Amino acid sequence: MSSLSIRSIRKVYTNGVEVLKGIDIEIKDGQFLILVGGSGSGKSTLLNMVAGLESVTSGEILIDGKVVNDLPPKDRDIAMVFQSYALYPSMTVRENIAFGLNVKKVPKAEQEEIVARVAETLQITHLLDRRPAQLSGGQRQRVAMGRAISRKPSLFLFDEPLSNLDAKLRVEMRAEIKLLHQRLKATIVYVTHDQIEAMTMGDLIAVMKDGVVQQLGTPQEIYDNPANLFVAGFIGSPSMNFITVKPLIEGNEVFVAIENAGKSLRLALPFAADKLRSYAGRDVILGVRPEQITDMSSAHGDVGQELGCLIDLVEPTGPDTLLTTRLNGAAVTCRTHPREAVLPGQTMQLSFNLSKAAMFDPANGERIA
Amino acid sequence: MTPTRNNRLTLGRVVVYLLLILFAVYYIVPLYVTLSTSFKSLDEIRSGNLLALPHVWQFDSWAKAWSSACTGVTCDGMQPFFWNSIKMVIPAVLISTFLGAFNGYVFAHWRFRGSEALFAALLVGCFIPFQVVILPMARLLGEFGLANTTTGLVFVHVVYGTAFTTLFFRNYYIGVPEELIKAARIDGAGFFLIFRKIVLPISGPIFVVCIIWQFTQIWNDFLFGIVFASGDSQPITVGLNNLVNTSTGVKEYNVNMAAAVIAALPTLLVYLVAGRYFVRGLTAGAVKG
Repeated sequence: MSSLSIRSIRKVYTNGVEVLKGIDIEIKDGQFLILVGGSGSGKSTLLNMVAGLESVTSGEILIDGKVVNDLPPKDRDIAMVFQSYALYPSMTVRENIAFGLNVKKVPKAEQEEIVARVAETLQITHLLDRRPAQLSGGQRQRVAMGRAISRKPSLFLFDEPLSNLDAKLRVEMRAEIKLLHQRLKATIVYVTHDQIEAMTMGDLIAVMKDGVVQQLGTPQEIYDNPANLFVAGFIGSPSMNFITVKPLIEGNEVFVAIENAGKSLRLALPFAADKLRSYAGRDVILGVRPEQITDMSSAHGDVGQELGCLIDLVEPTGPDTLLTTRLNGAAVTCRTHPREAVLPGQTMQLSFNLSKAAMFDPANGERIA
Repeated sequence: MTPTRNNRLTLGRVVVYLLLILFAVYYIVPLYVTLSTSFKSLDEIRSGNLLALPHVWQFDSWAKAWSSACTGVTCDGMQPFFWNSIKMVIPAVLISTFLGAFNGYVFAHWRFRGSEALFAALLVGCFIPFQVVILPMARLLGEFGLANTTTGLVFVHVVYGTAFTTLFFRNYYIGVPEELIKAARIDGAGFFLIFRKIVLPISGPIFVVCIIWQFTQIWNDFLFGIVFASGDSQPITVGLNNLVNTSTGVKEYNVNMAAAVIAALPTLLVYLVAGRYFVRGLTAGAVKG
């Protein structure tokens, strides 16, 4: 098994487009790294560079402490699972799994043993003699993973492997990949655009945008402490509420005023006044997660800062009911207990817990406090 | 109003069917006349109706066309020319098809700086008229010592055909997902192994298209055959021409017709056997994994 170091990696295409602008990521042996971002963020390009399928413009990639910049994919001891599965159409499942072993000239008997073991691990033994065209999406996904596992690589690369599956299967395979990771203790780099996959699977998440890592951290760190407006809005579902406010500073305390349907409330914020002094009286963006605005009984006796708000929209999800109201003109989602939810057009007492709130500079999206 | 419209529709139908039948007849009659004439005796040809079936079926004309009709000074029938054509067409088709497959694989999945320009240049080859290349090609074959040989003809057809086969294969391989190649590279396979193990096994339909196309083109070629071959390397098209134009005594229409059918038979057979794959191959889309 092995570690992966990505150091000041840049990628500039011949037409001058810079898709990666200096990426630094270190992961330890056995860690599960998620590269998450929208399309055009450079996440797949980075993965392809780690795989050796695309050249490095500058910087270094190290697998297990060894610079692999100029090694071809086959010499990097990696395996990759693709979004389209990329199973060889003319070969049976058995031949697909054994292909890499065959190329490496592993003895036939050993190949058969490995194929049998891998097939058992992934419960595809009964499919070994079928061709990819005769398999369902989920089965193809398993075979693609089997092909990767069979070679016992030091590094697994996953390129949006679940994007082509339907919702139910995606959840199942997500859990399965995570279990597989725990069992194999493999080092994994996993690319996805889905923030739920990122949150649920990764040990480390690198949130990418425009060829830059916006934030690198554990899922909880990124969720609780987003580095900027983009990360805050990208991670979490429903996403963080952004309310435009003007901070008021009185002594060492920071207050903001929020308003709904003519009524307003002064909220005390747990931020150091010094950080915000230069922003006093100017517009800033207050970020509050939906679960931090909730009904009175779910508020667990937090320091009560409540406001009766006019509810515009009610969306039951089962365990929670999401309510939409307007604060300072912005639509705001609140997560409440289904029993407490009111009907659209009614007013409801909402409790604000701002201990984990964040504040962003509207000009550049950077975190202020 | 409704009945009138119905009548009009029926009338339209009738016109359409009549036209279709007319065209079908138009295309089938020459073949029919050729075949039926080839089985008639010379007397019957002179006295009878062109469109009538033979009264007495005779096969001597076929035997003569195959082995003893005179083509210029020799009188061995179509036979030697037929084998010349076979000896030319098989290597020429196979070589040009494999070259096309290889080129197509490179142009579709191993792009390099300037590969698009090179592909465009190669495509120009599809539009160069035969006449233009005759003189330079003759010089080249002379230099190589291949003038008037079957090998020389094979060479000419391979050079000329590779532009087409490359185009066919490249367009087919564009539909093969890039990820398939990437997966194989990560599995440790190199350029040739990927071609042999991954790409070739899924190329069946386009091989059929290419082989039919090349076989028909090369078998039916007359110009290169008459210019670059002589004596014992001449292909069947040239043989047919010689046979028909040899005038010793009477014109033996039945023998000419039989010779014509012999010359056309292999391409007919190829179409009958592989024709439906041809259509399927032309319309085959991406190879789904």
